[in-house]
Amino acid sequence: MSNNLAIRRMSATPSAFIPLDSLRSNAPEYAKLVDISKCIGCKGCEVACKEWNDLKVEPTANFGSFQSHEDLSSNTWLLMRFNEVEVDGDLLWMIKKDACLHCEDPGCLFACPAPGAIVQYTNGIVDFNQDKCIGCQYCVTGCPFDIPRFDKATKTVFKCNMCIDRVDAGLEPACVKTCPTNAISWGTKDDMLALADQKIETLNRRGYSKASVYNPAGVGGTHMMYVVPHGDRLDDYSLPTDPTASPAPMTGLSFLKRAAVFLFNFSVVGTALHFLRYGQTHVEEHE
Amino acid sequence: MASLAATFGRGAMTNHWKDIKNADVILVMGANPAENHPCGFKWALEARDNRGAKLVTIDPRFTRTSAVADKHLQIRPGSDIAMLGGFIKHILDNDLQHDDYVRAHTNASFIVTEDFGFADGLFAGFDEAAQSYDKTAWEYERGPDGFVRRDPTLEHPRSVFQLLKHHYDRYTPEVVANITGCSEEGFLGMADIICSTGRADRAGTIMYAVGWTMHTVGCQIIRTAAIMQLLLGNIGRPGGGINALRGHANVQGATDHAIVAGILPGYLKVPTPEQQSFEAHLTDSTPRPLVSDTVNYWGNYSKFYVSLMKAWFGDHATPENDFAYDHLAKPGGDATWLTIWNEAHQGRLEGFVALGFNPLLAGPDVPRLFEAMAKLKWKVVIDPFMLDSAEFWKAPGQNPAEIDTEVLYLPSSHWIERDGSFTNSGRWAQWKEKAVDPPIGVRSDTWILSELFWRVKELYQEEGGAYNDPIQHLTWDYLNPREPTLVELAKEINGYDRTSGQLLSSFGQLKDDGTTASGNWIYSGSYTEAGNQMARRGTADPTGLGMHHDWAWSWPLNRRVLYNRASADADGKPWDPQRAGIAWNGREWIGDVPDYGPTTPPDAAGAFIMNEEGVARLFSTHLADGPFSEHYEPVESPTTNPLHEQVPINPVIRWYDGVRDTLAMSAGSEFPYACTVYRVVEREHFVTSNVPYLVEAMPDFFVEVPEGLAEEKGIANASRVRVWSKRGSVTGTAIVTKRIQPLRVNGKVVWTVGIPVHWGFVGLTTGSMANQLTPFVGDANTRCPEFKSFLVNLEQA
Repeated sequence: MSNNLAIRRMSATPSAFIPLDSLRSNAPEYAKLVDISKCIGCKGCEVACKEWNDLKVEPTANFGSFQSHEDLSSNTWLLMRFNEVEVDGDLLWMIKKDACLHCEDPGCLFACPAPGAIVQYTNGIVDFNQDKCIGCQYCVTGCPFDIPRFDKATKTVFKCNMCIDRVDAGLEPACVKTCPTNAISWGTKDDMLALADQKIETLNRRGYSKASVYNPAGVGGTHMMYVVPHGDRLDDYSLPTDPTASPAPMTGLSFLKRAAVFLFNFSVVGTALHFLRYGQTHVEEHE
Repeated sequence: MASLAATFGRGAMTNHWKDIKNADVILVMGANPAENHPCGFKWALEARDNRGAKLVTIDPRFTRTSAVADKHLQIRPGSDIAMLGGFIKHILDNDLQHDDYVRAHTNASFIVTEDFGFADGLFAGFDEAAQSYDKTAWEYERGPDGFVRRDPTLEHPRSVFQLLKHHYDRYTPEVVANITGCSEEGFLGMADIICSTGRADRAGTIMYAVGWTMHTVGCQIIRTAAIMQLLLGNIGRPGGGINALRGHANVQGATDHAIVAGILPGYLKVPTPEQQSFEAHLTDSTPRPLVSDTVNYWGNYSKFYVSLMKAWFGDHATPENDFAYDHLAKPGGDATWLTIWNEAHQGRLEGFVALGFNPLLAGPDVPRLFEAMAKLKWKVVIDPFMLDSAEFWKAPGQNPAEIDTEVLYLPSSHWIERDGSFTNSGRWAQWKEKAVDPPIGVRSDTWILSELFWRVKELYQEEGGAYNDPIQHLTWDYLNPREPTLVELAKEINGYDRTSGQLLSSFGQLKDDGTTASGNWIYSGSYTEAGNQMARRGTADPTGLGMHHDWAWSWPLNRRVLYNRASADADGKPWDPQRAGIAWNGREWIGDVPDYGPTTPPDAAGAFIMNEEGVARLFSTHLADGPFSEHYEPVESPTTNPLHEQVPINPVIRWYDGVRDTLAMSAGSEFPYACTVYRVVEREHFVTSNVPYLVEAMPDFFVEVPEGLAEEKGIANASRVRVWSKRGSVTGTAIVTKRIQPLRVNGKVVWTVGIPVHWGFVGLTTGSMANQLTPFVGDANTRCPEFKSFLVNLEQA
């Protein structure tokens, strides 16, 4: 939670209730750019995230991989995923940093029924406020990337918060700072897009003709983007090909809320029109 | 390290970390820097992306370094000389060498005695009885002036150039493929990249580490690479070099300051029993010029040596008493790891002090090591953490009742809890500040060692005894004599002019008349009257080559790239003006600190000032097992040696008592698989077993099993698997992987299995000790154990 950053959206809160100056804020959007071609899978970011956020050590056991945990959890907000893939006789070891992508159109926020439990700041960070969370896990279903994780002990949900406390103080997130190969860059979204383009050029020059930037339009773009060396093999990096999140999804509580509001409004307006047209209803007495 | 000295004159990374960004080709072999040197490795990726450099790996496994490389080639563990020898032949056959460089800066033109030869796996001069070489058969031919005869045309049949060509002629692509298991196309594809830097406008570097040193042919593997780099003209140039990636945090510092057997600080020599007089030692240790135009800087040996004696014995070392030469022990044997534990195994060692490491886990053949350890009368373990070695009787399967060793554990502070310097692989000595205070009551290493000295000295004063004088005469002059500060030690190491009391600023000021003192001549200039040079943090980089002369201090004399005279041609003009090391402007050399006289004209002396040849050694007599390298099989090998079956392994390694019985030396079905041991990025040897987040990141001992082999043996991913060698066995979680493929070697399929080294029976998680499996044999020169290639069997556990 930040007291200084301007808010753009809050879960289950009409925009009318968000401070006007927040909505008009000119603060730039920030973004993290993960250059997968420079990532050596050292898990420095995984460990830095744990340290900075004081996350609990989880007992792990090797499950036949270099990967540390089988899945993200409420105590593991960042997980390096490892995948060996053979392509045309060449072996690729695809190593991807899995964490919240901080969508421009956050499916979790749209799905959340608890006012203010999920906050999106104008700089792009999407943060969870556990003290307002009711533990319904609609955000888990609403996220197209399968990121938020429920904590049984507190019955609330957790995910990467882009080190909002560091960003608030003008610092880069912990993972960015720690990365030994500078695979993770941090700056304004515009700067990171320009940097991503440069990196694509470098990859093309090196023979990676399908290299692409992962900044999916279906969620309005994301504030963690990837430079993907094999852009035609998103599946192998466990990156969804065309993730979407809509402000008015046709499923889930959001729809029902809107439907309910619509019906309520309809009944009020309908009653008023009827009265104007037909006047008061008289009940006729019969002998 | 020993082979770099044998080729160039000094044993150290020739270039430095940031310089790697200047390379056009980076060969990673015998190393896995993404996992073991992740911070330094970023410079390889900078070269790859900013210069379009080709980054390639040649390794028994596809590693995390391979994952970001441009190309990877798999080879069988221990077959590196065949691969590198193949590159040498490829270069010479296709005229890819940097011809001007080879003529100007190597001993290609030197003529070798007609006694020299090589046949059937042996060099001339092999003494069957002694199992060693008589090196007189390898000497140069002398002219009437006493200097070496040279043929500048390089056509004389006994010129080093022709001998080199002839020796590696057998390493055809077919032979390389047959020995290493790669395909001929794979070899040629790599050769195209690696052998492309033999031009003035291209520079290539090699990053290697213990994947090369931990073999019975370790030194010769590195020699082969050094020869290749000389042929390509890469030594002494920014973006070139042969970069030994040293261990953490301060292995370079450890070897510089002689915390390793067989040398004195600054790579001086240990006196031998044959050298009863100081003069004899100096005569044996001081090289004489082999040509008229060599600087032969090691010729100043007596100055370094006497200054060291003055630092150690002060006024007790005088010209009259040969500077206390008789105070130094003259050991007959060596004190390498294998020898020490062999002595213990034979019951000839009473006690052992382990300072900051975990011997039970770190050495080969743990079952044998354990027997040896249990025979010690006493053992002292000085460490910030409780170690397996400090509780070795608790090892699985051991009976404490049968062990009489008294173990004393002294908790010491960690390096985070004190200041001091680390010397990185690039020879940069960087001063660091204490980060946290040690827990109350925990002492520093310096206090512990100092106290040890004082109490021994006091006992001697009370009781007398053998070897009394050296102990009494040792200088120990500090503000608090019982606990010297690291700053005082740094100054002592730098050295003083004893007459003026001033700190020296260069080893050029050292004398052999007793008027100077220096604890380590190569560090002269690190702490001067101007202050602690190692603590400087200037970031200026005017050349853009990443030299940063104002950041910390590198030995020698803040030179960043060694042998940089060779970065320029015979006239002193840089081969590549874009990446100039040093350049001659008519009066002096500008650029990096010259590894040459600052005002010495380009044609006055050879570029390799530490060598008595004045030039670099393609042919070198400084190693015990040959002036050139030769492919020998690992002691435990899945195949016979296709080049010479009757001399399959290195013929001059040392055999310790009873070790032959512990080895599976004939390739058979009992131990059909090759095995190698390595490290992972999440862990740092054994100390990280105490760090919760790192244990979480990589919790368990595992075994990497190739997919095809797993299928054959019915081993499922993540199941438990047992691996055993003739010596011991381990059990771990199987990681079934595509990253190790089967290789076709000398007519049969060879599978390689891999295991990590980080586990023991003490720690937040425990696991099998990898060294249960490894063999008690080592390199012929350094005795570095052959951890990297041996034979095993495996099955579902």
